Amino acid sequence: MLELQNLTKTFNPGTVNEKTALDGLNLTVNDGDFITIVGSNGAGKSTLFNAVAGVFLVDSGRIMLDDQNITFTPEYKRSKYIGRLFQDPLKGTAPHMTIEENLALAFLRAGETKPFSRITRKDREKFRDELKRLDMGLEDRMNTAVGTLSGGQRQALTLLMATIVPPRLLLLDEHTAALDPKAAEKIMALTNEIIERNHTTCLMVTHNLHQAISTGNRTLMMSDGDIILDLKDDQRKGLTIEDLMRKFREGAGEALDDDRILLSD
Amino acid sequence: MLSIIQTALLLGCIYSLVALALFLSYRILDIADLTTDGCFVLGMAVSVSTAAAGHPFLGIVLGMLAGGCAGFVTAFLQTRMGVPSILAGIVTNTGLYTINLMAMGWSSNVSLLKQETIFTIFRETGIGGSWYQIILAGIVAAVCMLAMRWFLTTRLGLSIRATGDNRDMVSASSINPRFTITVGLIIANCLTGLSGAIAGQMQKSADINAGTSIVVIGLACLIIGETVIQGRKSIGRNILACLVGNVIYRLIYAIVLQTRIIPIECLKLMTAVIVALAIAAPSLKQSLSDYNRERREA
Repeated sequence: MLELQNLTKTFNPGTVNEKTALDGLNLTVNDGDFITIVGSNGAGKSTLFNAVAGVFLVDSGRIMLDDQNITFTPEYKRSKYIGRLFQDPLKGTAPHMTIEENLALAFLRAGETKPFSRITRKDREKFRDELKRLDMGLEDRMNTAVGTLSGGQRQALTLLMATIVPPRLLLLDEHTAALDPKAAEKIMALTNEIIERNHTTCLMVTHNLHQAISTGNRTLMMSDGDIILDLKDDQRKGLTIEDLMRKFREGAGEALDDDRILLSD
Repeated sequence: MLSIIQTALLLGCIYSLVALALFLSYRILDIADLTTDGCFVLGMAVSVSTAAAGHPFLGIVLGMLAGGCAGFVTAFLQTRMGVPSILAGIVTNTGLYTINLMAMGWSSNVSLLKQETIFTIFRETGIGGSWYQIILAGIVAAVCMLAMRWFLTTRLGLSIRATGDNRDMVSASSINPRFTITVGLIIANCLTGLSGAIAGQMQKSADINAGTSIVVIGLACLIIGETVIQGRKSIGRNILACLVGNVIYRLIYAIVLQTRIIPIECLKLMTAVIVALAIAAPSLKQSLSDYNRERREA
C-alpha cells in the first residue's frame, strides 16, 4: 500500500518562476490498484511520480510504502522496489549492452544478490521465456546490442526489465506516448497482461482519455498540484469521455487543457 | 630482430595493463581519467622503493594498492566534491608529483642494484629461458584480462557498464552512480599502478618522469587494437585489443628506435597525432561526407 500524506513541492521558491507543483496532495493506493492519471499541462502528474520515485525530496509531507517511511530514502534505493517507465524509450536500457546483459542487470539488481553474482543458465532460460511472451522475436536475438532495436522493442524490453522481478509499485509516465500507434497498442497490451499476471500495484499517467477510463480500476484527475477527482470501480462504469471532461470542468473550474490530449482512440 | 620482438612483447604485456585501465575508465565509464600519468609513477615508485628494501612481491602489491588509492581520491573529488571529472584527475595528478617524490625518499629517481626483483626471482626457477620476462609479464596480463572479462559480467560490472552507457537509466535501475564510478576508477588505477610496479622492477629503476603522456600512449594502443581486431564488438575482443594494440605500438616504437626512420624525439608528437586523428575520425568522416554531398548536389 502506498500512502501520500499532504505532499507539497515548490520549484524555484522566492523567484518569479515560483511554481507550486504539489499542493498538499493526499492519496492512498491500495495493493493491486491500477490507477490511471490525467490532467492539464503542468498539473503536477510527473512531479507526483518524481516525488514518489525520489528524484527530489518533497518540501513537506510523508511518503509511506507498505508501512515503511520512504520520504527520505534516496532514489537509487527506492528503485529497487519501485519500477519506472518513461515516455522516452531510450531512457530505460543501455544501448551498447546486449539484450541479455540488460535483462541480467535488471534481474540481478532487483533480486537478493551479491555484487559478484552472475546469471545462471537457468536465469538465461527464464529470460528467453519472458522474451518469448513479448512475441517480438527478441528471444532469438539475446546477444544483439539493444541500440539496434526499434523504439517499441526497446520499450517492451524496458517493461520486462522493470517487472522481471515484480516491483512493489510500478510507475508508468506516458510510456506509450512516443511510440507509433501500433507499437503503442502492443506495449499497452503487454502492460495490461504483465500487471494482471503479477497483480502489480501501478500508477499510469496518460493523455489518452479513452485509455484512462478503459484501463485499470481507478482514475485520478489532477489540476494545480492536487487531485480533484478520484473515480473508483463502479463510479467509472459507463463513464464517457464527455462525462470525464465535464467532471473535470466542475472540479477544476476550467476546461481540461492538455495540448496533447487524445479524445478518442 | 628477435630482440625487437621480445622487447615489444615484454613492454606490450606490461603496458597493456594501462590500456586495460583506460578501457575501463574511458571506454566503459566514459571518463577521461588523467590520474593515469601520476598513478603509473606512483606504482613504480612504491614498487621499486619496497623492492630496494628487500620485498619485491610486497612492492608489486603495494604499488597496485597505492594506484587504487589515487583512483579513490579522483573519484571522491568527482562524485562527492563536485569537481568536473577531467579536472579531478588533473588535481590528483598534480598532488601525486609530491607523493611520488616522497615515495622515492625525496629523490627524483631510485635504482635497484643487486636487490632481487620479481623478475630475478622468476629467472632462478629456470622457466622459459631467455623468454622468462615475457612469460612472467604475460601471465600477469592474462590474469588481469580474464579477471576483467569475468568482472564485467557480474552484477557490479554490469552496473558499472550501464553507468557509462546510459546515465538516464542509472537511477531508475537502482544503481548508485557515485558508487559505481568510484569502484570503476579504483580498479582502473589499481591496474595502472600494477603496470607501473611491474615496469619499475623490470627496468630496475623508478623515475619521477616515467609516466609522462602514458595516458595518451595508452589511448593510442587502445585505438590501434580496436582498429586491428575486426568483427563484432564484444567485451572479450575489446579486452584483447588492449594487448594487441600495445604490442603493435611497442613494435613500431622499437623499429623506429632501431632504424631511426623518424627521429626518436618526434615519437611523442606522432603518438599525439595518431590519438587525435583516431578520436576525431568519426566527426571527420561525417564532415567529409556532408561536404561531398553538398558538392554533388550543388
